[in-house]
Amino acid sequence: METKMIEMKGVNKWYGDFHVLKDINLTVKKGERLVVCGPSGSGKSTMIRCINRLEEHQEGQIIVDGIELTDDLNHIENVRREVGMIFQHFNLFPHLTILENLMLAPTWVRKMPRREAEEKALYYLERVKIADQALKFPGQLSGGQQQRVAIARGLCMEPKIMLFDEPTSALDPEMIKEVLDVMTELAEEGMTMICVTHEMGFAKTVADCMIFMDQGQIVECSPPAEFFENPKSERTQLFLSQIL
Amino acid sequence: MVWLRRNLFSTPFNSGLTLLTLYLLWLAIPPIVDWLFLQATWSGESRAACEPNEGACWAFIDARFNQFIYGLYPSEAQWRVDLAFILLGVLFAGFFIPGVRRSWIAVLILIPYPLVAWILFSGGSWGLEEIDTAQWGGLFLTLVIAGVGITASFPLGILLALGRRSNLLVIRSISIGFIELIRGVPLISVLFMASVMLPLFLPEGVNFDKLLRALIGISLFQAAYMAEVVRGGLQAIPKGQTEAAESLGLGYWRTMQLIILPQALKLVIPGVVNTFIALFKDTTLVLIIGMFDFLGIVQAATTDPNWLGTAVEGYVFCAAVYWLFCFSMSRYSVSIERKLDTGH
Ligand SMILES: Nc1ncnc2c1ncn2[C@@H]1O[C@H](COP(=O)(O)OP(=O)(O)OP(=O)(O)O)[C@@H](O)[C@H]1O
Ligand SMILES: [Mg+2]
Repeated sequence: METKMIEMKGVNKWYGDFHVLKDINLTVKKGERLVVCGPSGSGKSTMIRCINRLEEHQEGQIIVDGIELTDDLNHIENVRREVGMIFQHFNLFPHLTILENLMLAPTWVRKMPRREAEEKALYYLERVKIADQALKFPGQLSGGQQQRVAIARGLCMEPKIMLFDEPTSALDPEMIKEVLDVMTELAEEGMTMICVTHEMGFAKTVADCMIFMDQGQIVECSPPAEFFENPKSERTQLFLSQIL
Repeated sequence: MVWLRRNLFSTPFNSGLTLLTLYLLWLAIPPIVDWLFLQATWSGESRAACEPNEGACWAFIDARFNQFIYGLYPSEAQWRVDLAFILLGVLFAGFFIPGVRRSWIAVLILIPYPLVAWILFSGGSWGLEEIDTAQWGGLFLTLVIAGVGITASFPLGILLALGRRSNLLVIRSISIGFIELIRGVPLISVLFMASVMLPLFLPEGVNFDKLLRALIGISLFQAAYMAEVVRGGLQAIPKGQTEAAESLGLGYWRTMQLIILPQALKLVIPGVVNTFIALFKDTTLVLIIGMFDFLGIVQAATTDPNWLGTAVEGYVFCAAVYWLFCFSMSRYSVSIERKLDTGH
């Protein structure tokens, strides 16, 4: 039996009176790759941010790698250690060099010796192909480079799950490919991933499962072949016709 | 010549302004130089020694110099003050020696040093004669108050700023209440309360040092201002920074310590230094609770019958010394800002 990495059961969330997430049920198995799409404001970000508790849910259960997310701070920190997150605007730490950005969490959270953390950081920088920038500051890098650094920073914690929230939508077209290449490589190595993205080419190559969200609900959840060829719901059809 | 041409005489209007400024300087500078240096009297026993000359009576400063620096601190014990300040200087020099861990020096300055300095200043142990804080004074007292005020109000202000942005209602309310209460009253009244009213509330026999009370009053007062300056910096840091740090598994305190505060404090260096400078000058207010800081002691000396008529010299000297300290702080902050610049 494959292990379940993420389980969301009957999750509901409100911002005041506004019902953002409506009865979300989702299971992600180890090594599975999900791509989430949907119109703006449909709750995609909110859903994946609930998985590492950047947002709180009010109803239902979220279990990540066997740990249920509750108010317990220890649980939250344990989950966050195993879940990497990549943001639309990179969110690198501008006062630290690239190398320090990467070494920070391993040294402070995993209590790794500095030398080991540095080796690991350089290894992952090599993998995203920017080892030569290690001593620069984030402000001195291009957007694409910054996003690759952000991915390397996440990987340095050796997470079991990676969440991507529109990682390429703040990038110029010529930089999108370099970031998607890194993500594709990661997917091929068997990382469990949830990506919110509108890069449908990427989705077709890597996704095991496509999710379409609208107005806080998961409207459709099916393999890419089926999702793109004959989507079940009208809303999905409409959305796909608009973006393809 | 090219520089002159480009900057001072680029247009007829500009040339006119330049000439006018030169003329005004020509009018103002010679009499000032005359008064300050050429016609001044540099030594003497009383005001009478200065009578023959038109210029400043620096003999007054010269004669009272020791008192201006140490107040009424007994002269046979003044080496203790010197020693403590030399010690501090040596510790600070450590910051500029490459290879020495800065955090270690900071810890040394913050924990053992104040204790050592306190013992040196007030005595009573290690075979040192006890010297009551009522005898402390002059520039020495000013530096003690400013130093303690700065080192206490800075961390306290940071905690208050964090408290004001906390999610915990109790902590937030306490921080807001404290900041708004303290900011709403003048420093003079805080000092009065600390020196006059506090003893009324304390039980009989419990009585702690007047200087200590003033120090607490000033530190709390400046902490409230510091908190608002720091909060301005905290607000300028995008939410994404906290989110990124937390998503990596860093807890609240580590996130603040490693990610948010380094960036926020860098942004508010000008405001922090502004508060430090204000604090340095506000120390003069201890005069009203009967302590003779630098300004107080200079002012007191001008009323000495032997030196009547030297008030101007006293205040000019005072202003020059305060200016020197404040200007150094300002320059130092500029150099820190430059060093921390990472181009974002
Ligand atoms: N802190 C908040 N307070 C109130 N409403 C919020 C908050 N954050 C998000 N929302 C609302 O929740 C809804 C879902 O937001 P979310 O960011 O999850 O959408 P999204 O699907 O990621 O959209 P996009 O494609 O634009 O990123 C939006 O309508 C948004 O206005
Ligand atoms: Mg979003």
